[in-house]
Amino acid sequence: MLVAIVFMLLVVISVAFHLLSPWWFTPLASNWDTIDLTVDITFWVTGAVFIAVNMFMAYAVIRFRNRGPDSKRALYEPENPRLELWLTIVTAIGVAAMLAPGLVVWNDFINVPEDAWEFEVVGEQWRWTYRLPGEDNKLGTSNSSFVNINNPLGVNPNDPDGQDDLIITSNVVHIPIDKPVKLLLRSKDVLHNFAVAEFRVKMDLVPGLVSYLWLTPTRAGTYVVLCEELCGLGHFTMRGKVVVDTQEDFDAWQAEQVTFAETQAVAKGDAVAGQPLYAVCAACHGQNGEGVVALNSPKLSGQEDWYLERQLYNFKHGIRGTHEDDVYGQQMAPMVAVLADDAAIRNVSAYIGTLPLHVSEQSTSGDVERGRKLYVTCGTCHGMNGEGNYATNSPKLSGQEDWYLRRQLENFKTGVRGSHPDDLFGPQMGSMARMLRSDKDMDDVIAYINTFPQVVTDKVAQVNLERGQ
Amino acid sequence: MEAILVFIFIAVGFAGWWLWHEKILDKPWTTEGTETDLRESIGTILPTRRTGLAVFLAVVTSVFALLVSAYFTRMELNDWHPVQEPGLLWFNTVLLILASVSIHWCSRSDKINTVKLMLLATGGFTVFFIIGQFMAWQQLVIEGYYLQSNPANAFFYLFTGLHGIHLLGGLWVWFGAMLRVFTGVEIEQAKISVQLCRTYWHFLLVIWMVIFALLLST
Amino acid sequence: MAYVALSDRGQVISHPHSWITKYVWSQDHKVIAIQYGITAIAVGVLALVLSAMMRLQLGFPDTLSIISPSEYYQYVTMHGMIMVIYLLTALFLGGFGNYLIPLMVGARDMVFPYMNMLSYWVYLVSVIILVASFFVPGGPTGAGWTLYPPQAIMHGTPGADWGIILMLVSLAVFIVAFTMGGLNYVTTVLQARTRGMTMIRLPLSVWGIFTATILGLLAFPALLVSAIMMTLDRLLGTSFFMPAIVSMGEQTSYDGGSPILFQHLFWFFGHPEVYIVALPAFGLVSDLLSTHARKNIFGYRMMVWAIVIIGALSFVVWAHHMYVSGMNPYFGFFFATTTLIIAVPTAIKVYNWVLTLWHGNIHLTVPMLFAIGFIFTFVHGGLTGIFLGNVVVDLPLSDTYFVVGHFHMVMGVSPILVVFGAIYHWYPKMTGRMFNSAMGKWHFWLTFLGTYAIYLPMHYLGFLGVPRRYFAYEGIDFIPESAMALNTQITVAALFVAVVQILFFVNIIWSMFKGPKADPNPWGATTLEWQTAETPPIHGNWGPELPGVYRWAYDYSVPGAEKDFIPQNQPPAPGEKVVI
Repeated sequence: MLVAIVFMLLVVISVAFHLLSPWWFTPLASNWDTIDLTVDITFWVTGAVFIAVNMFMAYAVIRFRNRGPDSKRALYEPENPRLELWLTIVTAIGVAAMLAPGLVVWNDFINVPEDAWEFEVVGEQWRWTYRLPGEDNKLGTSNSSFVNINNPLGVNPNDPDGQDDLIITSNVVHIPIDKPVKLLLRSKDVLHNFAVAEFRVKMDLVPGLVSYLWLTPTRAGTYVVLCEELCGLGHFTMRGKVVVDTQEDFDAWQAEQVTFAETQAVAKGDAVAGQPLYAVCAACHGQNGEGVVALNSPKLSGQEDWYLERQLYNFKHGIRGTHEDDVYGQQMAPMVAVLADDAAIRNVSAYIGTLPLHVSEQSTSGDVERGRKLYVTCGTCHGMNGEGNYATNSPKLSGQEDWYLRRQLENFKTGVRGSHPDDLFGPQMGSMARMLRSDKDMDDVIAYINTFPQVVTDKVAQVNLERGQ
Repeated sequence: MEAILVFIFIAVGFAGWWLWHEKILDKPWTTEGTETDLRESIGTILPTRRTGLAVFLAVVTSVFALLVSAYFTRMELNDWHPVQEPGLLWFNTVLLILASVSIHWCSRSDKINTVKLMLLATGGFTVFFIIGQFMAWQQLVIEGYYLQSNPANAFFYLFTGLHGIHLLGGLWVWFGAMLRVFTGVEIEQAKISVQLCRTYWHFLLVIWMVIFALLLST
Repeated sequence: MAYVALSDRGQVISHPHSWITKYVWSQDHKVIAIQYGITAIAVGVLALVLSAMMRLQLGFPDTLSIISPSEYYQYVTMHGMIMVIYLLTALFLGGFGNYLIPLMVGARDMVFPYMNMLSYWVYLVSVIILVASFFVPGGPTGAGWTLYPPQAIMHGTPGADWGIILMLVSLAVFIVAFTMGGLNYVTTVLQARTRGMTMIRLPLSVWGIFTATILGLLAFPALLVSAIMMTLDRLLGTSFFMPAIVSMGEQTSYDGGSPILFQHLFWFFGHPEVYIVALPAFGLVSDLLSTHARKNIFGYRMMVWAIVIIGALSFVVWAHHMYVSGMNPYFGFFFATTTLIIAVPTAIKVYNWVLTLWHGNIHLTVPMLFAIGFIFTFVHGGLTGIFLGNVVVDLPLSDTYFVVGHFHMVMGVSPILVVFGAIYHWYPKMTGRMFNSAMGKWHFWLTFLGTYAIYLPMHYLGFLGVPRRYFAYEGIDFIPESAMALNTQITVAALFVAVVQILFFVNIIWSMFKGPKADPNPWGATTLEWQTAETPPIHGNWGPELPGVYRWAYDYSVPGAEKDFIPQNQPPAPGEKVVI
């Protein structure tokens, strides 16, 4: 008896939960209202079945429950072919009613309109990058064997079609409103999945082939891109943004992007030109980039130039060092003003790369064994010996001084660093740093980092070598 | 996935036929149309083992059908370079046929000496087949068809290796039958084992022929 | 061989004498069943603890969580794999299959008892290998239970060194164990049914387990083949599944392989696997409903056909797991159609369960509560499956919490409710004692309501678009604070349900020693296992003669009969026409 009443209540509660739930589809921003419609149809049919079957069952339990020894015997009724046939037919009709519209809409989804504008989404562990076709409206060929630090998307350098392709290494892409767009999806390493809740559609990125999806954005705005196919440790931090713009805004944004040819023509940093620029830095960071604790200036020697370049860029553009609680970052920001342009940043970074490696004295006050276990997560990006990896945008940790690492971990955890909306990789580090929940966690992991050999790692040498070519 | 679907289709067809045969449409609560249960084989050894073996062969067929499916799918991709199969495989095939013939002969014979001889011959031919397959591997390695250098090579090693492992499993049962036949104890058991070995060897011969034909033709 | 196949033709069974051969190296199907059951439940408890750790992270990321992202993904993987394969498959087939098949078909044991024993020990080895991966450098694999390459064997994934290899080896060993057991279950049903037990007189439990075993025998090879190929890719550098890729800035030597090929193979196993778990549950719950409603199962023939048809169709729906995998999108039409067709026989089963209650004489015993609880959750999980099977509806929902809610409802909660119901139902037969009914009812209510409170809200997180397999959700604009509050509620419910399971263990263990002695047939059931001379049945199950079967398994409340059930082996009354 009780069970029947509870079942009825659960049906009522489920329906009420459905009707009152604030958790429902995000407002649609694409042409796929047909998908929402199919979901609604499915909901009505299945909802009716859910209510009918469970209410019938509850009623049967109430009516035919055993009421003690004098209870009526059950009816001997092996089958009722007519009833079963009718139920089969009704079920089949219900199923067809859901399937048919589904297949029609699927047909729309897999047949892309001819006038759709194509661009490419490239996924890698754990970031989004994009390539737009440029002036000729045609994407050049690509291959993973062409991938290197200067050609992260593996564009074929010999393909004339690819020269004007716009390379978007930021995880933000803009698309024009009210125009069908076809997204060509490509992965450099593992499976990923390009998903924007407001667009409703999603598709896997599969290394070795190009998959696609299409939509017509209907609402201007900025939407989160999530990776929805498990792609390794950093899966949950693999996020991007897609901005739906008016045509004018889109054209303006597109005009600011660099072509593939331009990225290839960038001159490498000139250490000689960088030397005089370093004079300003040396005041705080030391003549040989050895760092000065008293001035809160971290060690620079041994750090990789691509990382220094990005930090200088971030300081210069207010992406780092502008948080109100970032006292030391705020000191750094005006200093960078002496570096006039990107070329200056490259030059000074190149000069720092020539400084002799300064071996720091490291304290080991934490529990190294415990730190080793915690570091497994860190090492996935930063390298198991803290050597750093440009491909995961992770700086070298070995040799960096512990006071600085500790402060940065705290900054990342509290959002003092990495939370600026234009900081591409800061939020990832923020998410990761929050796994170190206590001070002890941070001390232990840093104690373990302190045990790494302080050398100019192969990775740095290799990157420098590639840059030189 | 065509190969495995064909196999599943056949399996489902067989199941349908069998269920029909088992009167799956009868109404068990009435006596109408129900016939007396006349099964002779309830709990007897040979039919039971045969059934068990048949089910096992279905499992093995599934394994190879899936591999063939994977083979066809992988072959479509553009880095495929077919293997130049060593001529030795023809010789090995003859060995396996001979093994099959001798186990067949063995199971049909009543003379204990013929049984002993043929059983020994089965084992001999099978062992030589396996050694021959191993030599074929070595030849391929010498010719530069490494496992990791092309998927066609990898499939070649995988097919022949899995087939060989199944033969080794068969040799385990064969070994038990040998012991019984030559020591003369539990001779009835040995006869059953030989019967089962016969089916198994024929089955693995067919599997090998299919694989070999597939490898040659692609 | 220790002893030859059992039959009623004058062979003597060798009864074990020592404690070791009786309880450890036992060839008695009932002992093996209990060994399987205890091992499966033990490893299942481990998986439950893992899920509690994950829920702590999701519900209280900043306060109560104690795991890192690596551990999170490792626990996700191990939880899924253990629950699906090492718990549910092993428990339904190795546990219930082993216990019930020989008893229900009237055999003395499985037809290959020695192999049956080996099956358990090999299964135990696979479990040990699996658990060992927690103790190797790098820990267990964190690739997700689907183990998709390239990710599963590359360095961005936790456990890519040792964990993944141990996982693949453990799976291969498990498949060997399963095959040895499965050959037994199938051959026993085919060859060792007692006189009069025709296929169409079999209880639905046997039909469900039998069909599921055949599915397993044909589908597990797909997992075996893909595990072998992935191991070769990982260890020897072949490129079955591995395309040319750049892993964290470094070119790899792989080239040309197809990750989608793996997915096809995996789901060719993976979808039948759903039914390997579901069909035994369907069968067992049918018998529970019929017995406790004192009514024949409604539409027995239709139920049998539905089991067979579902089993056959389950081999042609696999790619509905891959609608957004980047495979040829035209496959979507075919697989959406087959998937929705399979809904029809499944719906018929549900109707027939409910119609079995109609005009029944329903005893709301503990097993019955679990059985009708199953109908409720299965209807929910089945209907949400239609969303995901209907290809275009899958687009917004795939890889979100809707999927998590759906498959836990249909493959987690529903079968587990049947497991509990079945354990309570057969407990008196297995132990000779009754369990504590009040504690059993509390166990049902708290588990049933608790799980509904976990999984109903998850579907709505899915509609919102909350992705699954995320360690943390901070910084995603469209996920409001309220959704995180909902997540916290889910965690509270999940921890509650986990703790409540103590009631089950206390009841089972306490009753084994202190429970009142049970009747041989306390529920008044018709099937053969309740008609044994001894309770629990001794080795060999039956007395000197095997039981003969004179009727189907569902003669409940037959008009004119003295009692409201007629056992299958009850000889015909004078004047009654039966066929042996």
